[in-house]
Amino acid sequence: MVQIEEVTLDQLRHLVSERAVHGETMLLNMGPQHPSTHGVLRLLLELDGEIIVNCIPDIGYLHTGIEKNMEAKTYQKAEVMTDRMDYLNPMGNNLAYCMAVEKLVDLDVPPRAQALRVILVELQRIASHLVWIGTHALDLAAMSMFMYAFREREQILDIFELVSGQRMMTTYIRPGGVWRDVPVEFEAMVREFVRTFPKRVDEYEALLTRNPFFLDRLLGIGRLSKEKALQYGVSGPILRASGVEWDLRKKRPYMGYEQYDFNVPVRTEGDNYARFLVRVQEMRESLKIIEQALNKLPMGPVRSNNRKFVPPPRSEIGVSMEALIHHFVLWTEGFKAPKGAIYSAVESPRGELGVYLESDGGTKPYRIHMRTPSFENLFVIAELARGHLIADLVAIIGSIDFVLGDIDR
Amino acid sequence: MDWALFWEWLIKSLVVIFTLLGGFAYLTLYERRLLARIQVRIGPNRAGPQGLLQPIADAVKLIFKEELTPARVYRAVFFLAPVVTMVPSIVIAAVIPWGTSFTLGGRTITLYLADINVGVLYLMSVASIAVYGIVMAGWSSNNKYAMLGGLRSSAQMISYELTLGLMFVVAILMGNSMRMIDIVEAQGEMWFGVIQPIGFLLLFLTTLAEVNRHPFDMPEAEQELTAGYHTEYSGMKFALFFMAEYQKMIVVSMIGASLFLGGYREFWFLRDTFLSVDRAWFLGPVYLFAKVIVLLGVMIWVRATWPRIRYDRLMALGWKIFLPLSLYLVFVTAIGIILEAYWLITLLSVLGGLVAVAVIYVDLRRKYYARA
Repeated sequence: MVQIEEVTLDQLRHLVSERAVHGETMLLNMGPQHPSTHGVLRLLLELDGEIIVNCIPDIGYLHTGIEKNMEAKTYQKAEVMTDRMDYLNPMGNNLAYCMAVEKLVDLDVPPRAQALRVILVELQRIASHLVWIGTHALDLAAMSMFMYAFREREQILDIFELVSGQRMMTTYIRPGGVWRDVPVEFEAMVREFVRTFPKRVDEYEALLTRNPFFLDRLLGIGRLSKEKALQYGVSGPILRASGVEWDLRKKRPYMGYEQYDFNVPVRTEGDNYARFLVRVQEMRESLKIIEQALNKLPMGPVRSNNRKFVPPPRSEIGVSMEALIHHFVLWTEGFKAPKGAIYSAVESPRGELGVYLESDGGTKPYRIHMRTPSFENLFVIAELARGHLIADLVAIIGSIDFVLGDIDR
Repeated sequence: MDWALFWEWLIKSLVVIFTLLGGFAYLTLYERRLLARIQVRIGPNRAGPQGLLQPIADAVKLIFKEELTPARVYRAVFFLAPVVTMVPSIVIAAVIPWGTSFTLGGRTITLYLADINVGVLYLMSVASIAVYGIVMAGWSSNNKYAMLGGLRSSAQMISYELTLGLMFVVAILMGNSMRMIDIVEAQGEMWFGVIQPIGFLLLFLTTLAEVNRHPFDMPEAEQELTAGYHTEYSGMKFALFFMAEYQKMIVVSMIGASLFLGGYREFWFLRDTFLSVDRAWFLGPVYLFAKVIVLLGVMIWVRATWPRIRYDRLMALGWKIFLPLSLYLVFVTAIGIILEAYWLITLLSVLGGLVAVAVIYVDLRRKYYARA
């Protein structure tokens, strides 16, 4: 007989109710390997029958020390780590990091680069929401939705591959602009996507929005009141579904978002269905932004001309001694950032993605901390799941839409 | 004992068993290919032409897999559970007629295995045994997920068996017999599914619950309970559960086809043509096969499209909607038969179905507005 070591209930006494200690309720370990915890989240559930009495999230299974690693790299080289944090939003992570560096060293970004960044980040938002709608429906066992969503996501990843050579870990947005100008096929591909995608969203809605089974699973489940949402510090679609109109693209415009005409969808119910509607609507709004940005995409350079921070173009290196020196210094030692600390935030698909960057005057970040939206959003799960069934917990996990890479970093 | 009779029975039994075993294998392929079509994929097409050898590859894989018995399981029950699930799913097929009869060397050979005069009751009783296997598996596995799956299964069974039984009653009333063959033959003029469409729909939905198919696949619910009652099973023992599920799918499709879609009978308007089973006995199995394929296709289609219903809502649906509706349908059918007015049955049953849909709709509407 194999000897099994058990955790005594006394060790869990501070987490679960007294009833679990007497054996009235059952403790169930959900995850870190479980089909619907979206990665390696572990939840300790205290169940009364199938009703959840307590839900205790346990994170850290995907911790890779990204923030600490970044301190050992120059500002340019640290950027590749950001792709790996929220793996559904690499473009957005790049943007958040680059904006922080630009703010720290006071670097300008040419208008064409700004518009390109907006297009790519909004495409990324749609891609991220597509993964969400696919997995959310899959968690509720509507399995075909997953494939349909991934078919469209594939189009977006093809665009990313075209511009950056990579489908996911793009590192395309760089401090001072973007890596290089987009190829000529870019515009046609994005236009094709903008043309076809609205019909696809209509299809998703036809499949889900009015489906009685789907409504039955989402209506009134996991309600988050406005006050609780603010107390927990959630952001993004969850906050907007609870009736708080807060979108950094509108409230603290960056990258020229103020020039684009788009709405911020807000619902007041705060349940799973409200979150569903908000995200579906956000996909349509992102499409509007992409179309506008594409229509007024200005010509011109895509990188700042400030040679102290941005490497010179390849063509100059062969003919200009100064350019060669800049190139050499930037890719060996890196640039020196002035002493100071800044915070800069963008609206990621999941909420406010903030970067706190502190410099001691050297070529590497002294301290970098990411305020990732998934982390704050995850911890409302205990509040939302209490009193619901296990099946609802799965729906709630899906509708919170966290990424474990974003939480653990 | 008549040796010819013995051989006849033996051969027919083997035909039934191998049809089900082969049917199971190719049903998995059918499901995977059809799901793939619906989901804009291609599906398995590497092993053999159009993936036709895929089931064999799967079987070989499952046989050679390691069988793991977790610590602290109740061994006897743990080993017995797959058997208890598997056996009824084959035995139940004995009473389902798949054709009329033909003459071979002076003997009349009937195309059914057993002609029990209470065939429908036999179906009811054998179909219910399989749930014991699931409960036993869930209870003996020493796993909380498996236990929840087993509990759900028994709760679901209680909620749906009644409606299923009442739908059998509807077919019995209309066929005026409990023999499967009489019921099928009575549908020569008109299928019961056309006279009583809501009854057929209800039977189809309850059989989905009976075989734990989507959207009523509570006991497995892979997104919630990882794999439910068979979480701890591996290798051939898992394969037995798997086989039982798919064989039951085939069998309940056969039952549904026999009770409401004319079984081995042709379309009612082809009755006096050369396509009638009265003229050509060999068309009987073909018709039954075609109907089973269509019903299985609908099951797979449902799986591809619908989200799963929640466990407590499923029971509410069973007790609050399906049970009253099925009682009403039995009543309506009896009235229609007494008055000899079949159109009345159709009319009233469709009306009843619409009322049921309206009740569900109002409930959802109330939920929708209550949360604002």
